[in-house]
Amino acid sequence: MRQQLLAGVISVLLLGLAIGVWHLATLPKSGAATVDSEYAKLVGAQAAAGSKSAFPTPVDLGRKLLDHLREPFYDRGPNDKGIGVQLAYSIARVLLGFGLAALVAIPVGFLIGMSPLLYRALDPFIQVLKPISPLAWMPLALFTLKDSNVSAVFVIFVCSIWPMLINTVFGVASVRRDWLNVARTLEVSPVRKALAVILPAAAPTIMTGMRISIGIAWLVIVAAEMLVGGTGIGYFVWNEWNNLSIANILSGILAIGLIGMALDLLFSRLQKAVTYAE
Amino acid sequence: MSFLQVQGLAKRYGDAAIFDRVDFAIEQGEFVCVIGHSGCGKTTILNILAGLDVASAGVVVMDGREVCGPSLERGVVFQGHALMPWLSVMSNVAFGVRSRWPQWNRLQVQLHCQKYIDMVGLTGAEHKKPAQLSGGMKQRVGIARAFAIQPKMLLLDEPFGALDALTRGNIQDELVRICAATRQTVFMITHDVDEALLLADRILLMSTGPGARIAETVGNPLSKPRMRQEIHHDPRYYKVRNHLVDFLVNRSKTYQLEEYRHEARRRRRV
Ligand SMILES: Nc1ncnc2c1ncn2[C@@H]1O[C@H](COP(=O)(O)OP(=O)(O)OP(=O)(O)O)[C@@H](O)[C@H]1O
Ligand SMILES: [Mg+2]
Repeated sequence: MRQQLLAGVISVLLLGLAIGVWHLATLPKSGAATVDSEYAKLVGAQAAAGSKSAFPTPVDLGRKLLDHLREPFYDRGPNDKGIGVQLAYSIARVLLGFGLAALVAIPVGFLIGMSPLLYRALDPFIQVLKPISPLAWMPLALFTLKDSNVSAVFVIFVCSIWPMLINTVFGVASVRRDWLNVARTLEVSPVRKALAVILPAAAPTIMTGMRISIGIAWLVIVAAEMLVGGTGIGYFVWNEWNNLSIANILSGILAIGLIGMALDLLFSRLQKAVTYAE
Repeated sequence: MSFLQVQGLAKRYGDAAIFDRVDFAIEQGEFVCVIGHSGCGKTTILNILAGLDVASAGVVVMDGREVCGPSLERGVVFQGHALMPWLSVMSNVAFGVRSRWPQWNRLQVQLHCQKYIDMVGLTGAEHKKPAQLSGGMKQRVGIARAFAIQPKMLLLDEPFGALDALTRGNIQDELVRICAATRQTVFMITHDVDEALLLADRILLMSTGPGARIAETVGNPLSKPRMRQEIHHDPRYYKVRNHLVDFLVNRSKTYQLEEYRHEARRRRRV
């Protein structure tokens, strides 16, 4: 309990320190610095002259965040949507791709895990496909699916399928022999064995795979949306780079981190719910 | 013809024969214990009887039918209790009961399970998970699960190994009572000579492997009903007990050698 309190205090102090350093680093400098003309053109004369740094101060960011919080869901055309709208697009894509992957990976993983033959036959494919960066599929997806939205979902599907598949296979294959023997001596039907013995026995391992998958999916969606453009938090960040709004970029980054944390927290809860003590 | 017949049973892993030419029979309602050193193949024999393992040679016939797979007719108490840790005590017991009587409704299943949970003295622990139980309590759930399906034959693999003396005594008494009441046929593995003398009608002594055999069959001279508190007052008790202990300490190891000499002598004579 005391340690928890202390840890909290240290966290707050560290945050304060980081903001302090940031504040000092972005203080307006007096006196004209030597200015690179290219740079001046890029960031604007005023910023380049040094009266004000191009990098936002903590207060700038705070103001920006307040703006976003006040009106997260506005939509004024393709290049001007609220951060909430963009996040919703990203979350929807991730959940869709992830959900489809789960629908495929868990049943297929079950079959592979229960059949050593199938395991041997499919293992080479899994070993080759697993290390491919999901973004490498993007051009192929755009070419065959001919739709940037569907392609982004497809990329999420591809990247979330492997950890779930591999963990399901492993979890199902390593169910304790004893439990299967109990099911056998009690003449339990194959379906009941799968649902009442193997599934609960393997559930913690499967859930771990799902947690890894959702984490990877959230990493990949940002990159995927930067590539396909249009909507989503990845596109938002990229678009704000084009607008040179560093404060908006920082807001986007912060939002990505918070949503990622929330997703992980959700799955860690689910994981805890299916874990059993032996 | 006996209720259970085992003929020429052998188990080999590669070239190594764990046991070889094992023959015995069990009558309906008989309680048979097997004693032998660790690793001689007792669990393997029990698994073959259960239909969980296949023999390299030989047959097992129960009730006129060859055993060729697991069945609800043979209830098994496993050496490691093998409870499902995500199920409560009640659900663990009910798991088997539902398979045995699929037509029963929830209440029937629950009442039936409760009877067996009470029997092993776990009343009040119905909703606990195995992780919340002591080793002995877990073992008792395993026993309740096997008894609750009312099998024709019970196969017990050191069911009281993890229990303290008091609990062990209580369940042994309970087992004696149930077996007397239901004329249950039981095949049980134990390391405990006193336990065997209390429970068994007949004791099979296994020699030490590789190539283990049933070296001797000892009928229990103590008459039923046998009471835990009384059996050691019987003058015959120490005689049998010494015979069994002597087997474990000395003869189980030399058996193979003796057998070999016999065989050689026999061959010379022919
Ligand atoms: N898969 C296997 N491959 C090779 N040998 C095996 C295998 N499984 C079991 N054995 C051997 O079979 C022998 C018998 O094992 P088993 O479990 O039946 O012994 P046990 O008599 O029940 O011993 P304990 O009293 O310690 O429970 C052991 O010596 C073991 O090493
Ligand atoms: Mg054993």
